[in-house]
Amino acid sequence: MAETRGHLKRKLGRPTWIAVVCVLAALHLLPWVFPSILHIMIMIFLFSLMGQGWNVLGGYAGQFSFGHSVFFGLGAYVSSLLFVRLGLTPWIGIFFSCGAGILLGLFIGFLSFRYGLKGPFFALIMLAFAEIFHMIATGWSAVGGALGVLIPLKGNAPGLMQFMQKEPFYFMSLWMMVGSLYLVWRLEGTRLGLYFLAAREDHDAAEALGVNTFRAQMKAMAISAGMTAIGGTVYAQYLLYIDPDSTFGVVNSVEIMLRPIIGGPGTILGPLLGSVVLTPLSEITRLAFQSYSGVYLMIYGVILVAVIMFLPDGLIGLARKIVGKFQKGVA
Amino acid sequence: MENRPFLEVQSVSKSFRGLKAISDVAFRMTENEILGLIGPNGAGKTTLFNLVTGFLQPDAGRMEFLGQNIVSLAPHIICKLGIARTFQIVKPFSHLSTLENVAVGCYNRTPSVEEAEEKAWEILRFVGLEQKALHPASSLTTPDRKRLELARALGTQPRLLLLDEVMAGLNPKEQGDIVELVHKIREAGTAILIIEHHMRVIMGVSDRIVVLNHGVCIADGEPQRVCEDPGVIEAYLGKGAYACLGSKT
Repeated sequence: MAETRGHLKRKLGRPTWIAVVCVLAALHLLPWVFPSILHIMIMIFLFSLMGQGWNVLGGYAGQFSFGHSVFFGLGAYVSSLLFVRLGLTPWIGIFFSCGAGILLGLFIGFLSFRYGLKGPFFALIMLAFAEIFHMIATGWSAVGGALGVLIPLKGNAPGLMQFMQKEPFYFMSLWMMVGSLYLVWRLEGTRLGLYFLAAREDHDAAEALGVNTFRAQMKAMAISAGMTAIGGTVYAQYLLYIDPDSTFGVVNSVEIMLRPIIGGPGTILGPLLGSVVLTPLSEITRLAFQSYSGVYLMIYGVILVAVIMFLPDGLIGLARKIVGKFQKGVA
Repeated sequence: MENRPFLEVQSVSKSFRGLKAISDVAFRMTENEILGLIGPNGAGKTTLFNLVTGFLQPDAGRMEFLGQNIVSLAPHIICKLGIARTFQIVKPFSHLSTLENVAVGCYNRTPSVEEAEEKAWEILRFVGLEQKALHPASSLTTPDRKRLELARALGTQPRLLLLDEVMAGLNPKEQGDIVELVHKIREAGTAILIIEHHMRVIMGVSDRIVVLNHGVCIADGEPQRVCEDPGVIEAYLGKGAYACLGSKT
């Protein structure tokens, strides 16, 4: 008879904890060993954080969003404008960004989930909202218009989330990414986490079992939007320049959603794994095809089609299949 | 007889684009009763289930459970009040384990992970699925899926359980197992409203039977009486069938 306790809660065995600590320690040493890849690592972590945000809604709660750039952009704009116009430090601005993201998420969620929108309809609603914000950001000169917002560089100013080196951003994005991993990992073992999955698997069956699917999806939306908006703020502080295209653009929605989809939607490590694979690929293709600026998007398209056709559960799903076969072979 | 009816359905009607699926149906249930609901295909049995559990809203009529109006409440609220249901076409959460499937139901009464898990194991043992608790629900066989459907509903700890053809597609041995479970559930203090096509099964298991035909309630009484009712026989076999049967005996 198998052990009948602790199958719902998420726990790690001692070997896994040791492995996690070792990996984290190695990542802390990395800036001194390979300083040249810091930019790529920061991008991996930031997009993994935002991919995790997408994953909560798209992977766990089953509502595929095609417009997560709206939260990314909102996060970037809110903190940047608060800083440029009011001089508010992004350390506080990031909370406003997160809050704004959550409010917008709840608003879109209320409109969509109230009427049971899902699948392509929900994806299109998200896409529409991202486009609306793109247009507002482009047309409204008070928020910078098409030129965007240039964040004035104040030198090395830790109080303003500005650093001359990349290392502080590296550690910041690393720990935010780790935080998002931990949050989602804990969430998986709770009632709410299981309710997300139940609502994704079968809406009616979940309702019949006492799950308020509307409320569960709203909560998923709030967590998802908040996480993505936080990523937007850090991104803006890192690049010190945002414009409508690079924030609210469709490209960013694809960048964010592709990571968990490739890694494995609805899995904790999916977004990180997808980001590790995709981020270097996108940076390299962008460099290699500099004169043809759209080529990396075509490559994304091909990858997306291939993954959805052949790896519906992503790389994690593939790994599980291989492990499963191997175990069967041994037994 | 108690003053407060357990479940009371009063002159409930429901139409789909002018087609009357349920018209003016009324019945009562008492606490701890097993009520069978039968009728030919398309009689409106499942529609009635959907009305009682809040998946559909009636066009007219009243429904009360433990003295509380349940019309226009959302399904999850009706579940909280103590009415659980199974679906005729089973709807397992395929990517979740059997244990997690049942735990979703158990969380209806407790937010605690430990309590939900304990309850889920208890129910899995009760329906005989504990060996498959950690398998994904998609790997279960048809009889096991029916059990899972039942187990999840039980997890919500209902006062009234609505079973929609839980024995369809099972062999006599498996049907017997489920009948045994149904009796045990009632002994534990849960009333049951059951839709079933197997006459032998439903006659044996029900205290009382309600017969629907074309959305109208045509009989309500003890199994034996309902069986001999001319209207019921004609509903199943066609007009004049009762006279034919009568002339033979």
